Amino acid sequence: MKEFKRITLLCGHYGSGKTNIAVNMALQLKKQCDKVAIADLDIVNPYFRTKDSSEELKDNGIRLIVSEFANSNVDIPALPQDMYAITDNKDMSVIIDVGGDDRGALALGRIANQIIEENDYEMLMVINCYRPLTRDAQSTIEVMREIEYAGHIKFTGIINNSNLGAITTADDVLSSVAYAQEVSQMSNLPIVYTTVSENIYNDLCDKIDDLLPLSLQQRPV
Amino acid sequence: MADKVLMKGNEAIAEAAILAGCRHYFGYPITPQTEVAAYMAKKMPKIGGCFLQAESEIAAINMVYGVASTGKRVMTSSSSPGISLKGEGLSYMAGSDLPALVVNVQRGGPGLGGIQPSQSDYFQATKGGAHGDFRMIVLAPASVQEMAELTVKGFELADKYRMTSMILADGTMGQMMEPVELNFDIKERPATPWATTGTKLEREHNIVNSLSLVAEELERLNFERFERYKAVEENEVMYEEYMTEDADIIVAAFGIASRVSKNAVNEARKQGIKVGLIRPITLWPFPKAPFEKAAQKAKAVVCVELSMGQMIEDVKLATGCKVPVTLCNRVGGMIPSPEQVLDAIVKANGGAN
Repeated sequence: MKEFKRITLLCGHYGSGKTNIAVNMALQLKKQCDKVAIADLDIVNPYFRTKDSSEELKDNGIRLIVSEFANSNVDIPALPQDMYAITDNKDMSVIIDVGGDDRGALALGRIANQIIEENDYEMLMVINCYRPLTRDAQSTIEVMREIEYAGHIKFTGIINNSNLGAITTADDVLSSVAYAQEVSQMSNLPIVYTTVSENIYNDLCDKIDDLLPLSLQQRPV
Repeated sequence: MADKVLMKGNEAIAEAAILAGCRHYFGYPITPQTEVAAYMAKKMPKIGGCFLQAESEIAAINMVYGVASTGKRVMTSSSSPGISLKGEGLSYMAGSDLPALVVNVQRGGPGLGGIQPSQSDYFQATKGGAHGDFRMIVLAPASVQEMAELTVKGFELADKYRMTSMILADGTMGQMMEPVELNFDIKERPATPWATTGTKLEREHNIVNSLSLVAEELERLNFERFERYKAVEENEVMYEEYMTEDADIIVAAFGIASRVSKNAVNEARKQGIKVGLIRPITLWPFPKAPFEKAAQKAKAVVCVELSMGQMIEDVKLATGCKVPVTLCNRVGGMIPSPEQVLDAIVKANGGAN
C-alpha cells in the first residue's frame, strides 16, 4: 500500500464501488496512522452506505463521519453535522466517500477550498468499465469532468475498480487494463491502484502493477 | 470485453426498456426507484427519446395515457405511495384498453411509510389497485437479470393484450447490483390500428376513451375485456419450481423473499427436510396449477412475504385449503433472514428434526 495523503477523496460514477473501496482503504490506513476517519458525504444514495460497516469500523478504532439520517427513512440529502472535522482536525487522516456522479460531488463544494489550501490530498476517480454508462474511456472522461466541475477539485489519480460483482474473473480484470490506461492517457492522470477481490488477487499480483485486494463489505442477498 | 455489465436493478429496467424500443418515459422521483428516472434522463436525450420529469405522479401517468393512445411504447415508474397516486390513471388506461409498462419498486407502507424494501403492494397490484373491473399483468423479478428480461416481456404482453403490465419489484431488487446480459430478441410489435395517429382523411376517426354513454355498451366492453384477461390467464402464467418433486413442505415466495427462501430451502435439505420452492413470476395471472398439484402431496405450505400476508390468500385459494398455509414475514422495510425461513420450514415439518 502506498503512503496516504492526509485526505483521500473517492469520487466516481454512481455504483462504481467507492464505498467498498473507502471502507477497505480506511482499514489499511489505520495500519499506517493512529487517528483515522472515514467521511460519508453521500447525499444521493440512501441505500448501501459506509454505515453498513459501522461495527467493523468501530472495532478497528476508525471514526465514522456520517449523517445521522444515513440508512434511515429520513430521505433527505443531509451532510454529517461533524463534517468540518475533516478539514479542522489536521492530525486525523481521512478517507472521504463522496456520492456518485456530479450530483454527489456537489457536497464537496463546502470544503473544497480548505482541502486545496492545505494541499495534502489525493482526489481519486473510481472507474469501472463494466458499468453501462462508463463502458469506454470517452464516457468515463465525461463523468470525470462533470464531477470536477461540481466538486471544485481536480482529480489527481485513478482507481481502476472494473468488476462484475461476485462473478468477476481474473480475465475480466485483465481485459479492463487497456481501458484504464486509455482513461489515464486521456486525462493525463496515473492509475494509482487497480482493485481486485481477495479471491483472485494471487492470480493477478504479478500481472498488474499496484494491485489492491478488497474484501466485500456488504453481504449479497 | 465481456458481454455482461454490472447494473443496479433500476438501471436494468431503464436500459431494457430502451432496448425494447421505449422512447417515452414520464415520472416523478421517489426512493427507491429514482435510478430509473436518472438513467432515462441521461440516455433518452442521446437517442432521440423523451424523458420528462412531470410535476406529479398523476401528471406522469396521464402523459403515459397520452403517448399510449398514439400506439407508442411508453412507461412510467414509481414506488408505493407514487403508485397510489397513479391509481386513477391506471383505471382510465384499463378502461381505454391502452398498453403501457408501469414499474413499482415497492417500499414499506402504508402511508408515506419508509424507503426500505417491501412487498405490501401485492393486493394493490394484483386485485385491481383502482376503481372498476380491471386487471394488470403483474411481473415479479427476483434478480437484476430478470428486472431487464421482464421489462421487455412486460412491453410485449402489454401490446399483445392491450393492457398495462406492471413490474412489481422492491427496494432491494431496485438497488442491488448484479451482472446482466442485455442480449434480447426484441419481437416485432403488433400493429396498432386503434391508435390516434391522424386519419389523413383515409380512415374513420379512432377514439381512445374510457367513458361509455350507454350502459349496455359499457357492459359489452367489460365482457370483451375479460375475454382477453381469460386468454392471459390461459397463456401467460410464469413460475419457477425448485426441488418440489418430492417435497413435503412447499415454500411460496416471490422477488427478494424467494432469494432468501432458496437459501433456506438448501439449508433445510441439508438437514434432511424434503422442502421445495414455488416462485410465482407472474403474480397476476397467479400460477394456480403448481400449487394445486403440490397440495396433493405436500403436508404444509410456508408463505414468505415482506408484508402482513397478501399473496398467502392466493396460495390458500390455489391449494383449496387442503393443507395448512403459514406465514413467515417481516414488514416495514425489513427482510426475513434465511434462518427465520428455515425455522418456519422446520416448524411446518412438525417441529424438531
